[in-house]
Amino acid sequence: MQEDPGYYDYWPWQGRPRITWPGGARIAFWVAPNIEFYELNPPANPHRKAWPQPHPAIAGYSIRDYGNRVGHVRQMEVLDRYGIRGSISLSTALCDHHPEIIRMCVERDWEFFSHGIYNTRYTYGMSETQEREMILDSMATIEKHTGKKCAGFLAPALSHSDHTIDLFAEAGGVYTCDLFHDDQPTPIRVRNGQRFVSVPYSLEMNDTIAYVVNKVEPRRYGQMLKDNFDRLYQEGADSGTVMCIPTHNYQVSCPHRLKAFEEALEYITGHSDVWVTTGLEIAEYYLAHHYDAAVADIAQQQERPRQ
Amino acid sequence: MTLDREHLEYPQRHYGMDHDRYEWSLLSERTNISWPGNKPLALWVNVCLQFYPLNQKGIPFAVPGGMTMPYPDLRHFTLRDYGNRVGIYRLLRALDQCGVRASFAINSALVERIPQLLRTITSRGDEILGHGVHMDALHYGGQEEAEERELVAGCLQTLRDASGQAVTGWLSPARNESERTPELLVEHGVEYFCDWVNDDMPYPFHTSNGELWAMPLSSELEDRFVLMDNLHSEQSWLEQVSDACDYLLDEAQRSGSGRILALNLHPWLLGQPHRIGKLEEALAYIAAKDGVWSAPPREILAAFNRQHP
Repeated sequence: MQEDPGYYDYWPWQGRPRITWPGGARIAFWVAPNIEFYELNPPANPHRKAWPQPHPAIAGYSIRDYGNRVGHVRQMEVLDRYGIRGSISLSTALCDHHPEIIRMCVERDWEFFSHGIYNTRYTYGMSETQEREMILDSMATIEKHTGKKCAGFLAPALSHSDHTIDLFAEAGGVYTCDLFHDDQPTPIRVRNGQRFVSVPYSLEMNDTIAYVVNKVEPRRYGQMLKDNFDRLYQEGADSGTVMCIPTHNYQVSCPHRLKAFEEALEYITGHSDVWVTTGLEIAEYYLAHHYDAAVADIAQQQERPRQ
Repeated sequence: MTLDREHLEYPQRHYGMDHDRYEWSLLSERTNISWPGNKPLALWVNVCLQFYPLNQKGIPFAVPGGMTMPYPDLRHFTLRDYGNRVGIYRLLRALDQCGVRASFAINSALVERIPQLLRTITSRGDEILGHGVHMDALHYGGQEEAEERELVAGCLQTLRDASGQAVTGWLSPARNESERTPELLVEHGVEYFCDWVNDDMPYPFHTSNGELWAMPLSSELEDRFVLMDNLHSEQSWLEQVSDACDYLLDEAQRSGSGRILALNLHPWLLGQPHRIGKLEEALAYIAAKDGVWSAPPREILAAFNRQHP
């Protein structure tokens, strides 16, 4: 175990090279619906229990199934209304279980990135070879069912190893959603030295963190989304920022929570100079236009203390 | 470090669900349903009448809402009892003020302890559901079959004898089940159960003893989850119920198919003097909508079934 994962160097928010977004936008805004499959009776990972109670864990399983049966279409209709293409964090076994959902998202030209095979299979305890097999399987599944290469990764149930990000980069990955250190994309150091980035995927705006962990009231969640946007939009006038809303179709799509979510989307997309986009489009634009300047500036800043 | 091979094997990775209890189905793809009077939204209010024993065993877990202090936990015992002495009468008045016909899920131990409460409910003509023996008599994975059968049979027998009703609905204590709870429910004449919350509409649930209907009773909107687990304000609960009502009415009108707003309530929570007003406001808000049909679950399911032979 190491004291620091070593993916990036300290880089102060002030004084960075200016980021610009397409069309002069101040902020890149993306929504990342997690579309997950939780198994009713998964093999028990020795380091983390999938369910709190003995099998069958109906409470946890059935509300997640609600997300797929009922919630997904609701959220999709709301995103359609505001011209938002989702960037799906996908339990890739869902391609087999619920291909109807995949087809609807392919028709809308949504992006799919890997969130592992099942959200009840954790990386904890896997050998490097096993984790590589899981990552490659998930990426191949996305390509097979959507016709597009998987470019992004969010570890299943946020279960990581020291190798997760390196393995994904080596498998041809472009960006990670697993790091929460910044409000702009940043270069990420991976062991094979390739160009690789982190795209901000906010844990603070994540509906499950808000509703389940922090137990936020729905209308307050809507206000948090607006406040988060306001500040990032304001600062984006100086240098482009990124706002992400990670969602779950069993949280934000419940009938008592959709109104607050929709009002926030209406507010955000009602502003000018908002680039409504996807995770991969942000990563590609950043790699093409800002990555090199960022790497150079970071290197220069690291040298200063040694002078 | 290596996991056993089974962690990278996925025997259930195929079309549909990873079990054979029910079919995979998108709500948006189903046949349209209409409710009596062409109302777009059915309102189902279920009230839980519960007994939490002072000598709680907590097998296999301490029931949410139960005793948490060293024995004797008088504060939780009496706070729950408050619901059956005081709170329920406030709830009944609130329901009657708005003409809402609720169902009542009752622990059979409560019927034995205070038969007059059941008589009050049945004399109103309200539907009752089996809710297990008491809140510390959980149904759970790994439970002895004979033990669970006795819980199901005993609860239903007591309720049927005391009420004269057929009692065909079921809500498990803490919504917890064993692998065979659905089989045991069918074996004892239950036609629908409310533990699974994976839908907003009824759906068929397979058991080796024949079909059962799942009648999802939302857990995310229930007073216990919102007020006790999440510590949201009473005002927020009212807003959540109102927002859900508006959303479901709108979805029913857009899709052309009826929807159900299911509210699960506990007199020991909403029956408190500082909370009852919010329930009254919530019910008044819903009842004032033109498109709402208030009915107990048996009637909702019957209306659904007439369109789903």
